[in-house]
Amino acid sequence: MFSYCVDPDSLETLAWMSCYLTTGVHMSFYMAFLKVLGLLAVTAPVALGFGFLGAMAARSGFGPLRWFGKTYIAIVRGVPDIAFFLFFVIALDQALEWLRHKALCPDWDMPIRQGNDFIVCQAAKLPAGSAPEWIHETYGFALAVITFAIVFGAFAANVLFGGMRAVPHAQLETAAAYGMTPRQTFWRVLVPQMWVYALPGLSNLWMVLIKATPLLFLLGIEDIVYWARELGGTKTSRFTDYPHGDWRMWYFLALLVFYLAFTKVSEIALEKLMIRLTHGQATTGGEAQRRAAS
Amino acid sequence: MSACLQTIQDYALRSIGIGERLLPRSDFTLCEQVVLIGSGMIWNIYFGIFALIIGFFLATGLAVAKGAQNPWLRKPAEWFIFLFRGSPLFIQFFFAYFFFLNLKSSIEFFDPFTAAWLGALIVLFLNTAAYSGEIFYGALRSVPKGDVEAADAYGLTGWPRFKRIIWPTMLRLAWPAYTNEAIFLFHATTLVYFSGFPAWQQRGDALYYASYFADKTFNPFVPYPILAGYFILFTLVIVGVFGLINRRLNQHLPGEARAKFQFRPNLLR
Repeated sequence: MFSYCVDPDSLETLAWMSCYLTTGVHMSFYMAFLKVLGLLAVTAPVALGFGFLGAMAARSGFGPLRWFGKTYIAIVRGVPDIAFFLFFVIALDQALEWLRHKALCPDWDMPIRQGNDFIVCQAAKLPAGSAPEWIHETYGFALAVITFAIVFGAFAANVLFGGMRAVPHAQLETAAAYGMTPRQTFWRVLVPQMWVYALPGLSNLWMVLIKATPLLFLLGIEDIVYWARELGGTKTSRFTDYPHGDWRMWYFLALLVFYLAFTKVSEIALEKLMIRLTHGQATTGGEAQRRAAS
Repeated sequence: MSACLQTIQDYALRSIGIGERLLPRSDFTLCEQVVLIGSGMIWNIYFGIFALIIGFFLATGLAVAKGAQNPWLRKPAEWFIFLFRGSPLFIQFFFAYFFFLNLKSSIEFFDPFTAAWLGALIVLFLNTAAYSGEIFYGALRSVPKGDVEAADAYGLTGWPRFKRIIWPTMLRLAWPAYTNEAIFLFHATTLVYFSGFPAWQQRGDALYYASYFADKTFNPFVPYPILAGYFILFTLVIVGVFGLINRRLNQHLPGEARAKFQFRPNLLR
C-alpha cells in the first residue's frame, strides 16, 4: 500500500508491519469486520420483527396461532443454537429449491431425494449455476441472515411476550373502560409501554447476538474467523512477500479484543437508552428520575 | 431389530474409541444415526459435568473476590468475569487452541492441552466459572442482612460464618439461575469440535456426528431432530437433578418462600 513496500525483506520491524497489515488480503480481513457489523445491522431489526410476530402469535386468542407461537419459542430455546444454525442453512436452501422446483418444473417425475442426493431440476437451482460469484455470496449471506433472524426471533419473542405481560393490567382495563377496542388497546396502550419492561431482556439479547456473529463461519461465510485462520497460518517466503510463523493465536487475540471492546461500547450505549426509555414511566426507575429532576 | 443391536454393539461407544473404527459411509439407517449421535453425547456429558463441577469452586472464589473490599482481589475478578462473559465462547476456543499449540511447540508438557478432552475442558471450565461467578456474586449481594447480623450475634466470624451462614444462603438464592447456567453450559459443549480442536479419529461429540450425517446424506431433517431429542432429554435430566438439590437447599423453608426454578437459559455465549 505504501510506496516503501516494494521490497519488504529490507524493512525494519515497524515499517514491515505497516506494510504487512495493509496488504490486499488484510483489506479483505477488515472488510469482514464490516460484514459482521452489516449482519448485525440487518439481523437485529429482522429478528425483532420475527419476535414481535411470535409474541403476538403466542398471546393470540386463536388457538392454533397461539400454539404455533408458543411452540416456536419453546423449541428454539430448548435445543443448542448451533444445531439450529447448521440445520436451518441446509433446510432453508432445500426448501427454497424445492418450492422453485415445484413451480418451474411441474413435469419432473423423478423423486427429489435419491439415496444420499437432493436433486432438483437445473432451472430450480439456487442460485443459478451460471450466476456470478457475488450472487452466490449474497445468497449465502441472506440465508445466514434469515437463520439468525429465526433463532433470535424466538428469543426476542420470548422477551417481548414477557414484556407484554409485565405491563400493569390496570392500564389495559383503563383503556377498555375508555371504550378502546382490543386492537386499539394493543397498539396505543400495550405496545408503547412494553418496551421499558422488555429492554433489559432485549439488551441482553443484543449482547448475545454480538457474541453469536462468529458462528457465521459455521454457515460457510468468509467472515473474520475465516480470515483470521487464513492469514494467521504459517507462510513461507515461496508464496508471499511477508513470510511469518504461526500467528493465528495473535489474530484470534485481536478478535477477542474486538469483541470485548464492542461489548463494552454496547453496554454503555444501552445504559443510556435505558435511562431515556424509563423517562416518565410508572416504574421505580422512572420515579427515581422524576425525583432527581424536581 | 437384531441389525440394530449389532449397530449398538459396534457404535454405542464409538466416540471414546471402543468398537468399530470405520464410520458407516453410505445407506445410513435410522438406527445408526440414533446410536452414533447418542455415542457422541458421551463427550457432551463429559465436558458438561467436569466443567461444571470444577467451575463451581472457582465461581465461588470469584464471587467472593468480586464482592471483596480489597481492590487487589476485586479488580482481577471483575476483569476475569468481563473477559469471559464479554467475548464469544467460539473465539475463546479458537484462541485457546492456537495458544496451546504455540506453547506445545516450545514446551513438551503442553502436548495434551491441544487435545479437546483437556484443552476444551479448560476453556469451558474458565467460561462457566465466569458466568456462574457473576450469578453467585449477585446472590451474595442479596443475602439477607438479618442472617449475617444473627451470625454475628452468635459470635460466628470469618470462615465459619461464611461456610455455615453466607455460603448456603448464597447457593439457595443462586440455584434457579445456576440451573439455567448448567443447561446453557451443556448446550455450549456442542461448539468444541467446530472451533479448532480436532476430533481425533473422528471421535466427536453429538453435533459432530449429526453434521457428519447431514453432510453425507444432504438431509438435515433426520440427524438434527435426533440431536434435538437427546438434548431435550438431557435438559430434563439436569432440571430434575438440580431440582432435587434445590429441594435440599430449601428444606428449612416453608413452601412459598422457596426459590422456584424457571427455564430461562442465557441463550448463547
